[in-house]
Amino acid sequence: MINKYTGDSWAYSKKVREHFFKPQNLLWEKPSEAKYDAEGIVGSPACGDVMRVWLNINPKTDKITEFKWRTFGCASAIASTSMLSVMVTEKGGMKIEKAMQIRPQDILKRLGGLPDRKIHCSVLGDKALRAALNDWFKKTKQFSRIVVDGRQIIDPNTKTTEADIEEAVLEGADTLLAVQKRTKVGIGYPECLPKVEELIRFYREKYFGKE
Amino acid sequence: MSKPRYFDYASTTPVDKRVISAMLPYFDDKFGNPSNLYEMGRVAGDTVKNATAKIANILHCRPDEFVFTGSATEADNLAVLGTARANRQSGNRIIVSQIEHKGILSACEQLKKEGFEVVELPVSHDGLVKISELKNLLTSQTILVSITSADSETGTLQPIAKIAKIIKNFRQKNNGALPYFHTDASQVATHVDLNVEKLGVDLMTLSAHKIYGPKGIAGLFVRRGVSIQPIIFGGSSGLRSGTENVPGIVGFAEALRLNQLGKKTESARIKKLRDALEHGIFKNIPKVVLNGHKTKRLPNFLNISILDVEGESMLLMLDELGIMVSTGSACNSQSLEPSAVLSALGNPYEFVHGSLRFSIGHGNTMTDVKYVLKHLPKVVEKLRAISPLELSLGQKKPMSSPQAFVGNQTPHFLRKKQPLKASGGRMTKK
Repeated sequence: MINKYTGDSWAYSKKVREHFFKPQNLLWEKPSEAKYDAEGIVGSPACGDVMRVWLNINPKTDKITEFKWRTFGCASAIASTSMLSVMVTEKGGMKIEKAMQIRPQDILKRLGGLPDRKIHCSVLGDKALRAALNDWFKKTKQFSRIVVDGRQIIDPNTKTTEADIEEAVLEGADTLLAVQKRTKVGIGYPECLPKVEELIRFYREKYFGKE
Repeated sequence: MSKPRYFDYASTTPVDKRVISAMLPYFDDKFGNPSNLYEMGRVAGDTVKNATAKIANILHCRPDEFVFTGSATEADNLAVLGTARANRQSGNRIIVSQIEHKGILSACEQLKKEGFEVVELPVSHDGLVKISELKNLLTSQTILVSITSADSETGTLQPIAKIAKIIKNFRQKNNGALPYFHTDASQVATHVDLNVEKLGVDLMTLSAHKIYGPKGIAGLFVRRGVSIQPIIFGGSSGLRSGTENVPGIVGFAEALRLNQLGKKTESARIKKLRDALEHGIFKNIPKVVLNGHKTKRLPNFLNISILDVEGESMLLMLDELGIMVSTGSACNSQSLEPSAVLSALGNPYEFVHGSLRFSIGHGNTMTDVKYVLKHLPKVVEKLRAISPLELSLGQKKPMSSPQAFVGNQTPHFLRKKQPLKASGGRMTKK
């Protein structure tokens, strides 16, 4: 599902171009606190990516009925946020529990993939959504539902966290190469590789016993 | 897609039709190898000799002072690695600017591994190297100084003749031939006088595909007396082994010759277009910053930062309209790092990500400029509506503290960068 490594070429899929040139659910007017139930922001202008999200939630059905956004970033970032907004609000809206579990891979799948170098541009969307949902939990005093995204990021390029490595190992990746195939960790940032290998050993031991 | 309007001549240029016709006979008709003794070989050998003489004439140097390479990057590598290794006994310090091309900086990285010390001459906010600092950095251990004639992002013209003078004085005082002075003149060849006597350089890189010549051929001027080693080995007594790219050499020489004709008028024409583009953009689009020096700049360069918007997204929208430009945004680079040159100018990263580089050339007309001025504001307006940011112009220091980055981590491009100190010793990565 991920496009072959395209290096410098911008082989964006039709879907990505569609969402970039005609973004869905954009917040056109000035955001007012009164209009939206919750809001979240992630990224920084210095990094080249900022996503800001505004949600409206139906408390009775626990579904997200509206997802408006604004993004500073490249075409991949803009298309990813737009696609995420569609995923979350289509078919009458997504249940919060399901929305909390959306991962970048899900957005990528719907977009038809992104060039390898661009994948990191799509990983902020779900984080922005969770930030907004956490804001909702705080406002409605549902403190037990707040999920702290404090997992340590190991690779700042791909934003791979310890949890991502754990998941890869659980899905059967047993070598560095196998883990890299899934997460792209360490490809642009080889300094993190010793830590990655340590984590692979740790999780393999934890879940599959000593070899 | 709309009619193509190319504004990226600093990246590469189309080959002039006259250059193509000059090259053609040497592909299948006169295809000889200059190393051969028979007639066809001798013809090829003479062709290379004549082409070299043509180039030497323009540079005001001797024909045996010009080496052909496959690219400007290779010429830069030869200049840096070749002189450093050949002069190791005399010293181990190399001085480069913060805004050199990757060819120079990467070769310096290699030299550090070989035990050399590389120090960076800092650059001011306006893009000019701090000449006053140079005197402090020159020591008896310095064997090479390499400063680009104009950086490839902002086109700011560096005071090469002044720097050459400082180095000459230093050499006289110390009664020596070192350090050598190299400059990468790839970007300036179209607009500046290439007389190496006037420039006062010992080594100079030139690139064919930046001056309407073919890709795959470039060259390095090496003053007689400069001690230098080859980096490509193959049995030749010269500095670069391998069968000569005869058609390429012919094309290179012809491109340089054509470049000299009407240089002043063409530069003036291009400057008019660039100024009209610049004026129009600043008039019609709010919150735009100029990168580099306003006046001491190549007449074909316009590098701007458009606040609140990211470069790659602008690029894609302009591409849809047929407009081709470059950006210094991290999202557009192979290494996911923002432009090193723009970052060195001291602008906040937020500005670097929203940068666009327009470089004008032979094919541009006022119609092209008007087309850009008509559509760029709309592109910016659309992307500003999509963006959550509202940055302000006066921001000198970074707006986002390192903690604002995702995951509370310093971004990779800040972590990798280590200020190169003049205190000596090899730099180690954290």
